[in-house]
Amino acid sequence: MAADVAAREAPNRPMVPITYYLLLAAALFCMGMFGVLVRRNALVVFMSVELMLNAANLTFLAFARMRGDAIGHVSAFFVIAVAAAEAAIGLAIVIAVFRSRGSVLVEDIRTMKH
Amino acid sequence: MNIELILFGAFALLTLLSAGMVIFARSPINSAMALVSTFFFLAGIYVLLWAHTVAVLQVLVYAGAIMVLFLFVIMLLNLGESPTRGRPTLARLAGGAATVGLLAVLVVTLLKVPGDVPAMAPEAQASFGTMALLGQTLFTQWLLPFEAVSLLLLVAMVGAVVVAKSRI
Repeated sequence: MAADVAAREAPNRPMVPITYYLLLAAALFCMGMFGVLVRRNALVVFMSVELMLNAANLTFLAFARMRGDAIGHVSAFFVIAVAAAEAAIGLAIVIAVFRSRGSVLVEDIRTMKH
Repeated sequence: MNIELILFGAFALLTLLSAGMVIFARSPINSAMALVSTFFFLAGIYVLLWAHTVAVLQVLVYAGAIMVLFLFVIMLLNLGESPTRGRPTLARLAGGAATVGLLAVLVVTLLKVPGDVPAMAPEAQASFGTMALLGQTLFTQWLLPFEAVSLLLLVAMVGAVVVAKSRI
């Protein structure tokens, strides 16, 4: 009887707990944050920001699966669109900085420091 | 062991491995290639969460458009490998410590989230994650944010052209 109930509910309930997805997103976010804080190349810093945005997306989708509504998917859609805008502007800034200073290392860009 | 758990484990491991390669690769082009594979494996994880439409968008927009932009800029700037691995300054050590601290806080917090999923009604289950449901939600409940995003993309496009122009 228990096996019968389990078989009927099997397609409805995830075999992997949502917590695992959330932990994966946390690990991915922390790796992205580590890249942002430690790497010197501005392009790699932008790639790490993309990793962090993807971790946020994964969290949205995990909670959407948990609640069973589409709001999380809509949020993930908006995050992807904003990430595209961010990448376009950020890379344009990297090109402009490289033209004026000949370097993309973040430690060489310190005119406004102090 | 069931197939879903095996797939999740494989995709999660590969995602974390390629994310590590993004961070630690010497050359930016290797980082970009590792980022493409990270996006693909994450799309697999999204499919496991029944988010098929977002998985397709992930491959189209991230692994397609955004990565082409990154590769284009890397080739335009003609960057080589970073000459020396930077010495560990105080700020970078603090960054590493802050990352470990944040990970610890997140893990402790997320372990308290109840992981059980309430059962979905069969009709909701049939439409969950489909493009029809996403489009219906987007164009009824979220129409104004959607239009705002289209304006944002237009502004970003014009802004990128203006910022990257050689003479401003």
